[in-house]
Amino acid sequence: MPPATGGGLAESELRPRRGRCGPQAARAAGRDVAAEAVARSPKRPAWGSRRFEAAGWWALLALVTLLSFATRFHRLDEPPHICWDETHFGKMGSYYINRTFFFDVHPPLGKMLIGLAGYLSGYDGTFLFQKPGDKYEHHSYMGMRGFCAFLGSWLVPFAYLTVLDLSKSLSAALLTAALLTFDTGCLTLSQYILLDPILMFFIMAAMLSMVKYNSCADRPFSAPWWFWLSLTGVSLAGALGVKFVGLFIILQVGLNTIADLWYLFGDLSLSLVTVGKHLTARVLCLIVLPLALYTATFAVHFMVLSKSGPGDGFFSSAFQARLSGNNLHNASIPEHLAYGSVITVKNLRMAIGYLHSHRHLYPEGIGARQQQVTTYLHKDYNNLWIIKKHNTNSDPLDPSFPVEFVRHGDIIRLEHKETSRNLHSHYHEAPMTRKHYQVTGYGINGTGDSNDFWRIEVVNRKFGNRIKVLRSRIRFIHLVTGCVLGSSGKVLPKWGWEQLEVTCTPYLKETLNSIWNVEDHINPKLPNISLDVLQPSFPEILLESHMVMIRGNSGLKPKDNEFTSKPWHWPINYQGLRFSGVNDTDFRVYLLGNPVVWWLNLLSIALYLLSGSIIAVAMQRGARLPAEVAGLSQVLLRGGGQVLLGWTLHYFPFFLMGRVLYFHHYFPAMLFSSMLTGILWDTLLRLCAWGLASWPLARGIHVAGILSLLLGTAYSFYLFHPLAYGMVGPLAQDPQSPMAGLRWLDSWDF
Amino acid sequence: MWGFLKRPVVVTADINLSLVALTGMGLLSRLWRLTYPRAVVFDEVYYGQYISFYMKQIFFLDDSGPPFGHMVLALGGYLGGFDGNFLWNRIGAENALITQSRLMLLESVLIFFNLLAVLSYLKFFNCQKHSPFSLSWWFWLTLTGVACSCAVGIKYMGVFTYVLVLGVAAVHAWHLIGDQTLSNVCVFCHLLARAVALLVIPVVLYLLFFYVHLILVFRSGPHDQIMSSAFQASLEGGLARITQGQPLEVAFGSQVTLRNVFGKPVPCWLHSHQDTYPMIYENGRGSSHQQQVTCYPFKDVNNWWIVKDPRRHQLVVSSPPRPVRHGDMVQLVHGMTTRSLNTHDVAAPLSPHSQEVSCYIDYNISMPAQNLWRLEIVNRGSDTDVWKSILSEVRFVHVNTSAVLKLSGAHLPDWGYRQLEIVGEKLSRGYHGSTVWNVEEHRYGASQEQRERERELHSPAQVDVTRNLSFMARFSELQWRMLALRSDDSEHKYSSSPLEWVTLDTNIAYWLHPRTSAQIHLLGNIVIWVSGSLALAIYALLSLWYLLRRRRNVHDLPQDAWLRWVLAGALCAGGWAVNYLPFFLMEKTLFLYHYLPALTFQILLLPVVLQHISDHLCRSQLQRSVFSALVVAWYSSACHVSNTLRPLTYGDKSLSPHELKALRWKDSWDILIRKH
Repeated sequence: MPPATGGGLAESELRPRRGRCGPQAARAAGRDVAAEAVARSPKRPAWGSRRFEAAGWWALLALVTLLSFATRFHRLDEPPHICWDETHFGKMGSYYINRTFFFDVHPPLGKMLIGLAGYLSGYDGTFLFQKPGDKYEHHSYMGMRGFCAFLGSWLVPFAYLTVLDLSKSLSAALLTAALLTFDTGCLTLSQYILLDPILMFFIMAAMLSMVKYNSCADRPFSAPWWFWLSLTGVSLAGALGVKFVGLFIILQVGLNTIADLWYLFGDLSLSLVTVGKHLTARVLCLIVLPLALYTATFAVHFMVLSKSGPGDGFFSSAFQARLSGNNLHNASIPEHLAYGSVITVKNLRMAIGYLHSHRHLYPEGIGARQQQVTTYLHKDYNNLWIIKKHNTNSDPLDPSFPVEFVRHGDIIRLEHKETSRNLHSHYHEAPMTRKHYQVTGYGINGTGDSNDFWRIEVVNRKFGNRIKVLRSRIRFIHLVTGCVLGSSGKVLPKWGWEQLEVTCTPYLKETLNSIWNVEDHINPKLPNISLDVLQPSFPEILLESHMVMIRGNSGLKPKDNEFTSKPWHWPINYQGLRFSGVNDTDFRVYLLGNPVVWWLNLLSIALYLLSGSIIAVAMQRGARLPAEVAGLSQVLLRGGGQVLLGWTLHYFPFFLMGRVLYFHHYFPAMLFSSMLTGILWDTLLRLCAWGLASWPLARGIHVAGILSLLLGTAYSFYLFHPLAYGMVGPLAQDPQSPMAGLRWLDSWDF
Repeated sequence: MWGFLKRPVVVTADINLSLVALTGMGLLSRLWRLTYPRAVVFDEVYYGQYISFYMKQIFFLDDSGPPFGHMVLALGGYLGGFDGNFLWNRIGAENALITQSRLMLLESVLIFFNLLAVLSYLKFFNCQKHSPFSLSWWFWLTLTGVACSCAVGIKYMGVFTYVLVLGVAAVHAWHLIGDQTLSNVCVFCHLLARAVALLVIPVVLYLLFFYVHLILVFRSGPHDQIMSSAFQASLEGGLARITQGQPLEVAFGSQVTLRNVFGKPVPCWLHSHQDTYPMIYENGRGSSHQQQVTCYPFKDVNNWWIVKDPRRHQLVVSSPPRPVRHGDMVQLVHGMTTRSLNTHDVAAPLSPHSQEVSCYIDYNISMPAQNLWRLEIVNRGSDTDVWKSILSEVRFVHVNTSAVLKLSGAHLPDWGYRQLEIVGEKLSRGYHGSTVWNVEEHRYGASQEQRERERELHSPAQVDVTRNLSFMARFSELQWRMLALRSDDSEHKYSSSPLEWVTLDTNIAYWLHPRTSAQIHLLGNIVIWVSGSLALAIYALLSLWYLLRRRRNVHDLPQDAWLRWVLAGALCAGGWAVNYLPFFLMEKTLFLYHYLPALTFQILLLPVVLQHISDHLCRSQLQRSVFSALVVAWYSSACHVSNTLRPLTYGDKSLSPHELKALRWKDSWDILIRKH
């Protein structure tokens, strides 16, 4: 090893903030490598070589980028049908083009970008994206795929630059780039209309700009410093705007920033004012800026999606009033609830729907054999109820009576408009939920018994107040049993037409399941007001859509008797995902990591933990390390540590998640894991070479090691590339198959 | 409660009179009228049941925690002359800690071991300073490990405290490594001693608890069904009585019952009966109209199947028996109807993406029998690939369609008698328990004629060998099932969310006197709870302040006072955090008593903060006196509140509705008021 490298490392102490900034760092790193080259050549052209080095550095970056783009764009149009989740995200892109409102569990940025890409490339939003396997035919889909592949291609150069900055070693960066370029999983995931390439693009952009700005720390408040800092903020907003997984990279940047500020705070040469400036700059760029951008994406989202669509029912009544085409849009209805009003009652929890009844009885053996009461998500005449006084059956709409408003705490009766039965409850067990009471429709033409009486209450309001349409959150308390009307959200069997169960719960817990609001309201005796005054403000919309997304995410629960992907499956590449095709006649694409890359990554993590702790203990024991070894261990502990933190943050939280998990959730972590592999092997090989310095070929060990790793990865890609680019013909267990002999694990099915 | 309050002071002052006095007071407040009420209170109904099981040595399974806690209680009951024949199924209907520790629940035992672990670690840490490797050093170190494993052994919540102690120990060990005055060998010995005491001893003890548990409960009991066949066979009575002595190797001609390994939603056996699938389902789809195959959760003669060699016609075991091996082709013939298990490209009744499984009836239409299955033994050893009853876990892969026999988990409607649906899963993705089966009952079939065979199927299996599982196999299965067991009923009148605990917005009514309105509640002393939270907040803010100032090189505290402050905080505030925060991630039903371990740590922090304020923040004598006066006032208010709530803690006094209403300080408290 030439002294330049080791010396340089030791001298710079490799604290991230002492490193060099931007192009300087690049040149410096280039110089190290060039110095290696120079050491080999007898001549030493002292001055002219600098430009040559810079050119070489740029050429290498260009090569890496080019290779990445070439692999990602190769056969991008194959297969010309919908693959896997393209059916969701392509469809959602179309929704943006058509401006119809929809609901998804992820924030909108990714789908908006897909929609934009489609729009710009001439896709008109008419393709239905019904199910995987549907042919695109004349519809233009390459714009959207191309956009995702474009972002996915940047992952490799980003990782390359990040590792270069962390380790100041070209060979480590090259190794990382090769691992990612030649990983079939990353490749497959970047080639389709999915959120993952967009998400990973922003994650890696945030990581790269964070590392870059760390290395600018010696020149605070300079232009590049501001540039990288604000770019970090922008990328964070992007990552969070695509999927909530973006929170993990935010956490990483946050931890890094806290450590950074802590270091600055302890530097007594800096005045408190300077520290305050540092703090303000970070708050501005890493909190205020991303939040503003994130909010802006939602603002655009709501602005674009102005028409009523399939997502309406997930949102509250007030929200729906915004959407043109929805029956609440531009509607005008009476504001306060009065006796005799015809109303629909909507549950406040997402995706429960309206209180509903119909001319069908509960079947024999399930509670009392009376008329069913359910909740139903669609608008229907059977959702209409008339609100009446509990003790009289006179028609309140008779013009001779004065209008009487319903007030908080009143005792009322709800009569089903179509069947004239009263909402009723009694001490019979509910059909699905144990310990809850059954709710039925009872009585003839509005005459029932005292079990039809309910007390209407407005949550958090004083007794005696009037009840507002849409805005008031109300509860119905059954007078006799004291239970609360609610929906359990459980789907009734066939006899209940697969609508949702309504129960009366004796547990007086504050949950949204038992809170309702009045949506439609018809009362000819009252003046109508325009609903526009009730329209929620932007912060309210923002909050509501987040609540709906979070609940949607936690609602994705795995089923007991299904095989589900577990987080421990992922790093060992236990099982992939079928993107396209099942049979041996189909064009099959299978999302699976290149096993050589993945298992190398796994081994590297173990090796890293081992070597890292040996070095840490040695340093804690106060061992005196030679300058070169000290420099390399710093690279390992600091650079490697940061990447390892990234892997940890992007992997372990999944163990705590209750929702359904899929293999592709591991890919952000896999990016970090590959960077760790690059740094680790380069450092270990250098240490090895240093340890054997007396041996004549010592330096060759490093070069040979890196070369063989590069070639090995490339060869494994040659073997496994059909996984990503598509296979036809028999399945792998057949000796005739192109993949014969490559099914190394029984659990892979390609 | 006061005993806990003063313990950190005691730690530093070592043994003195106040310790004795406080212990006395603590004991008095907890043992006073302990025998009252003479009725079963709240969860005692469960724990009491479990103890009876110990007394009768019956196997049971509880998901709330490992067995040690139950055993402690059982031991207590045993010593107290409890004979296990009392039926624990009637519920007779700070104060919180008193309530909890007076009644026979696990929390108090857990808290005891938690505190013991922390206390002995502190003692050990003190010894470390002046006399490492002394006798008391070893004693306290080992005690820490033992207390930790006991805490974990009582409830899995104990893990939190264990992790905390391990964390603190790791930090101290790291400092030790950095201490360059010690030789390498010495450091190594230190680390080794800690590893043995804090890692090896707890693990061994934990295993020991299970060992004793499994030795004590060797008879089969009500929870057998949850366990695998192999486990059940290792218990006395129950399945073992049936399977004992049945032949080990399944041969062609064997008569078997097949149990699904996954066993969810209920454990069940592959079953068939005369009835056929309805021609047209309710939703209009059609079926093959062949004989139904289901999974049935009860023992039944229709659960018997005969393993047939497709190349031969006989249904008996030849002599010598030809064992079935991994990869062999078999047919499964239903014993009572002699129709064979079949699947074909017809959608299953409830899972239309999978294939229907039926027993084939030849209707003479163009639907041939497809009844060949390839046997895959999932857990075959490297040396042997023979299909063994009970031990082997097998999959049946359909030869024509490569579908796998699977329990879908759905209940069939009335035409299928609400039994469970069996399907052929075409896209079987990896190993899943619902596609794996094991032979439970097994015998070699000998009857040639159908009539005789039916008689044979009805008769119990014959007896000849026994087989036992190793302890580790039994342990790992039991452990796994305990962790995986989920109670589905997620609603309870007194369940609460972690946020409500800090502000004491919830309570649990434990017991109500059958006639009067005397009642016992789990209800905290609100003054203590509030001051505990306040102390935590003050501690956090002060620490942050000191930390920032130290970073700027302003040292408010002398070094040793700072170190003590940090250690006390790490143990008390850390103890609170590790025992409280994880509950936000849990999805099970939570109760107020889950907060008690965290609360004790919070209360421990109180005197630390008080002492600190008086020592370091009160500058003048006057301030100090004012502060002492405030402390006394606070103390007496706490006593007053404790006294006021006493009737709800001890349940010894019947209060009038009016008095009860007066005690209901928060609207969210659920105090039972009788309507007269």
